[in-house]
Amino acid sequence: MAKTLFEKIWDAHKVDEIDGQIKTLEKNCQDFGIPLFGLDSPYQGIVHVIGPELGITLPGTTIVCGDSHTSTHGAFGAFALGIGTSDVEHVLATQCLVLDKPKTYEIRVDGKRKNNHAITAKDIILSIIKKIGTAGGTGTVLEYRGQAISDLSLDERMTICNMSIEGGARAGLIAPDQKTFDYLKGRKYVPKNYDDLVTQWKDTLKTDDNAKFDKSFAIDASQIIPQVSWGTNPAMTADVTESVPDPAEFAKGDSSQEIAAKNALDYMDLQSGTPLTDIKIDRVFIGSCTNARLQDLVEAASIIRGRKASPNVKVMVVPGSQQVKAQAEQMGLDKIFKDANFEWRESGCSMCLGMNPDILSRGERCASTSNRNFEGRQGAGGRTHLVSPIMASAAAIAGHFVDVREWV
Amino acid sequence: MMEKISKVSSIVTPLDRPNIDTDQIVPKQFLKLVQRTGFGAFLFHDWRFDQNNQKKEFVLNDPKYSGSHILVSGDNFGCGSSREHAAWAIKDFGFDVVIAPSFADIFYNNCFKNGILPISLPKDIVSDLMKTVSTVSVDLASQTISYDSKSMKFDIDESRKKTLLEGLDDIAITLQHEATITAFEKSHA
Repeated sequence: MAKTLFEKIWDAHKVDEIDGQIKTLEKNCQDFGIPLFGLDSPYQGIVHVIGPELGITLPGTTIVCGDSHTSTHGAFGAFALGIGTSDVEHVLATQCLVLDKPKTYEIRVDGKRKNNHAITAKDIILSIIKKIGTAGGTGTVLEYRGQAISDLSLDERMTICNMSIEGGARAGLIAPDQKTFDYLKGRKYVPKNYDDLVTQWKDTLKTDDNAKFDKSFAIDASQIIPQVSWGTNPAMTADVTESVPDPAEFAKGDSSQEIAAKNALDYMDLQSGTPLTDIKIDRVFIGSCTNARLQDLVEAASIIRGRKASPNVKVMVVPGSQQVKAQAEQMGLDKIFKDANFEWRESGCSMCLGMNPDILSRGERCASTSNRNFEGRQGAGGRTHLVSPIMASAAAIAGHFVDVREWV
Repeated sequence: MMEKISKVSSIVTPLDRPNIDTDQIVPKQFLKLVQRTGFGAFLFHDWRFDQNNQKKEFVLNDPKYSGSHILVSGDNFGCGSSREHAAWAIKDFGFDVVIAPSFADIFYNNCFKNGILPISLPKDIVSDLMKTVSTVSVDLASQTISYDSKSMKFDIDESRKKTLLEGLDDIAITLQHEATITAFEKSHA
């Protein structure tokens, strides 16, 4: 585009807000000797993806970060919690954090899933939050246990722990086991005495048989089916076979919940009684610290060979890190996505929170693998439905939600 | 040094919704700044303004509540994102006290770093507070709220109370224990 002299000088000197934020981060890290995996690093990515990937996340450690989804790292048996800016400053200045000891909350997921492809970790955690509510875990650390949790891979366990904050919890934990130790072995930043540490962890990092939790909740994995959120918080979620609920029935006599559900249906432009599988979508976002690891992308790709995205649906696939992106490309997943008209993007948070231009337009409806369906989360006036990667992929192809159990 | 808080008296601003998340308190388009000031202008932005930046019908736009320093809201206030911008915006807008039946943990914690007093009270009392048009007086030292000739106590952790009353700097308090911190770090190296 042709520019005037003034425009050329302006463009050469302007610093946009994001640029200012990144430059400040780079300068501060350099001044204080803090390693930074910046935009040019092969390890760049969402902090909750690269921490485990690089072996920085270790069992038995405490991890804090200025982001609420720090709970993700609890999948390795770390006590990992999100904190505010002032607390980050406190930690950098003192290496300490002043905390009230949270209470303990056992979340048992017994039994086995009926279909390990169609029913994912995302469906397990959404089913839990649907029951305990968005404040169910306030003041507690959740410990996920039971057969269905042991059965999960580390990528899947991270999806579960990631959304602990959506249940209001301070953190989520899963006791480390052989899968955890195998996952971390040989990663870039694990300590040199890793094998000794594993021996130590095996003895110590587990809940004692006779230990008592302050609270307990149990759910049977064999009863869980694919989930779709219909409202404006993650507890407003239903089985894919259900319909959009009636606010009064949903609220079960709680008047403020009833108003909240009514507001949610208004915002989401949904009618009670509409089957979830009748809801048409405009956009699909496969990504975020909840669901942008290699296994998520493999699952999303597994059902699209030979199929194409619905012509009315715009689809974005955003890997969680440059390493995930490289691994996915090695497996040819990028080609599968592109052949189906799914956009294949650079790694980052993208449309999970809409801080960059990846946002929904007003009124657009999105099937999203992210973690929050709050009003405006993916763009002012945008409507978010939370689903698993395979459910998002299926919705992209069908143009509306489908029960993916019928496909796999 | 943080602003001290001891007594706050004003009418209350009622915001009767549960589960107000920090994405609503400060939408993400305002998270690109690198300073902590001036966020009051963005408080509840998408509820206050329409897409043409015109004021919507919303309690914070109602002139009758200007001069209110006490926000009263529903269960689980401040859930979601850890963004401290939510606390900065509430304080900058002019609220010193937030009253709700319950708070999300991270937001609750962020309040004390920014001179905001969060008070949890039983649901029926919060509902009653939302209805009153009288001046409500909050006294942190005696942990008392009074209005309409009613008076009630509220709970608060002693050390957090002290932080707010004296406007103490958390980092300076922690660094009084530097020798212990160093010893711990050596033993865990």
